[in-house]
Amino acid sequence: MPSDVRVPHPDAFRNPVTESAVARGTTIAIAVAFLALVLILPIVAVFSEALRRGLDVALAAVSEPEPLAAVRLTLTIAAIAVPLNTVFGICAAWAIAKFDFKGKTFLITLIDLPFSVSPVISGLVYVLLFGSGSLLGPFFASAGIQVLFAVPGVVLATIFVTFPFVARELIPLMQSQGSGDEEAAIALGASGWQTFLHVTLPNIKWGLLYGVLLCNARAMGEFGAVAVVSGRLRGETVTMPLEIEILYNEYNFVAAFAVASLLAFLALVTLVLKALLERIYGRDHVTGAGH
Amino acid sequence: MTFGLAVLYLGLVILIPLAGLAWRSAALGLEDFWQIATDPRVIAALRTSFSTAFIAAVVNAVFGTLVAWVLVRYEFFGRRVLDAIVDLPFALPTAVAGIALTTLYAPTGWVGQLFASAGIRIAYTPAGIVIALIFIGLPFVVRTVQPVIEDFETDVEEAAALLGASRLQTIVRVVLPALFPALLTGFSLAFGRAVGEYGSVIFIAGNLPYKSEIAPLLIVMRLEEFNYPAATAIATIMLVIAFGILLSINLLQAWSRRRFGHAL
Repeated sequence: MPSDVRVPHPDAFRNPVTESAVARGTTIAIAVAFLALVLILPIVAVFSEALRRGLDVALAAVSEPEPLAAVRLTLTIAAIAVPLNTVFGICAAWAIAKFDFKGKTFLITLIDLPFSVSPVISGLVYVLLFGSGSLLGPFFASAGIQVLFAVPGVVLATIFVTFPFVARELIPLMQSQGSGDEEAAIALGASGWQTFLHVTLPNIKWGLLYGVLLCNARAMGEFGAVAVVSGRLRGETVTMPLEIEILYNEYNFVAAFAVASLLAFLALVTLVLKALLERIYGRDHVTGAGH
Repeated sequence: MTFGLAVLYLGLVILIPLAGLAWRSAALGLEDFWQIATDPRVIAALRTSFSTAFIAAVVNAVFGTLVAWVLVRYEFFGRRVLDAIVDLPFALPTAVAGIALTTLYAPTGWVGQLFASAGIRIAYTPAGIVIALIFIGLPFVVRTVQPVIEDFETDVEEAAALLGASRLQTIVRVVLPALFPALLTGFSLAFGRAVGEYGSVIFIAGNLPYKSEIAPLLIVMRLEEFNYPAATAIATIMLVIAFGILLSINLLQAWSRRRFGHAL
């Protein structure tokens, strides 16, 4: 081997489809700094403001009757809205993915609608529907049911804004799976219900769980739509997000951030579960969601 | 059976309320509608809402694409955690985000005091609204652009390098045009969400009429005064403008798909 063969500089072997180390480092630094400023700092601020005067002060602030009533109402609303939208989401996704009918695109557009409308406008439609001078308000009032500025209105508004989560998650998933498995089950003599329980449900369970998770997070955190229909009767129609607003506007910052940290904790748990589900169930279906 | 149930539920939850909105708008005479639409305060609020949403969506388009690129292409410590935390604005209630951002960007807050010493106020000005809308819109851009970068074939980049393009030329002339349709989708999603955003904005905005008052807040105020016609009119105008803008973005997107010819 001749001794004058020079070893090329390592840079000559640089991968042509990546950037120099300096460019990479700078880009990573900018992205990390941006995410830290925009996302991480606010969540740190919530917990640090809540604990500013110590954990016992924060706990005492949350255990006042009004925040407790807000927590109870928020849990109740989620317990009604999430199961209803789950059942509906499965039905709608089943109908859209497994059958052909006229007006399918129109149906999908309608399901997506609450995502593209301001939450305030979502609340507004219920005020127009059940408020004074409306069509349905007097009808329900004569039956002794107060809808607007009462719990039923808050539940309805929450159902409206959380309506698309489960369906949006399941439609692309069920469409990609096709109906071959179901046809096989039916051909082998299974009833429709058996087919659903033993064939369809196991196929969609991770996607379903994912949709329910997002639906629940939004149901507990909805602000704009609920603010419009609730009437802010403390202890009666005030949900956790509305309670945060009231406490904050009363300059009771520790209490406001203490209630906020409960919801922030819920958000972090949601993110962890979401990340776990993405590992199990694959990113592709997950990012297909149109939220 | 499931189909009937789905349509029934859809009818109850979505169609009947929408019919209510349409019926109320129609009941409003053209003259009344015009009077509400040309009220200077309404015009100022609409201008604030749409301009802050636009600025925030532009910032998110730039930084969101950068974040998506870094998350897909580079390996570094903490990448998985950052990737998970991008979804935080989807999971965190808007009221919580609102009070947290206000505390941070108030003149006495951790970030606000840095700017206050330079004489710049962020909270209680339109700049504060933009900050809140950046928070709300970021995941829309990242989560739309990210899968496209993941699926992007590096052989195109290799071909560009073999043909003598520098890395920067490859990114500007080859990669970015391919990402453009997804970028526009992310932009329009972030913009659409930001225009209607209420919860995170009202705390940080200061809500000064003609300056930092957003259109959704004006709707809420009219509703609290039981002035339903005005609330309905403002909502209708918002929906029409937002629809028009999103439609033109869709047209631009269709054009860019044809222009750059990438089936992405």
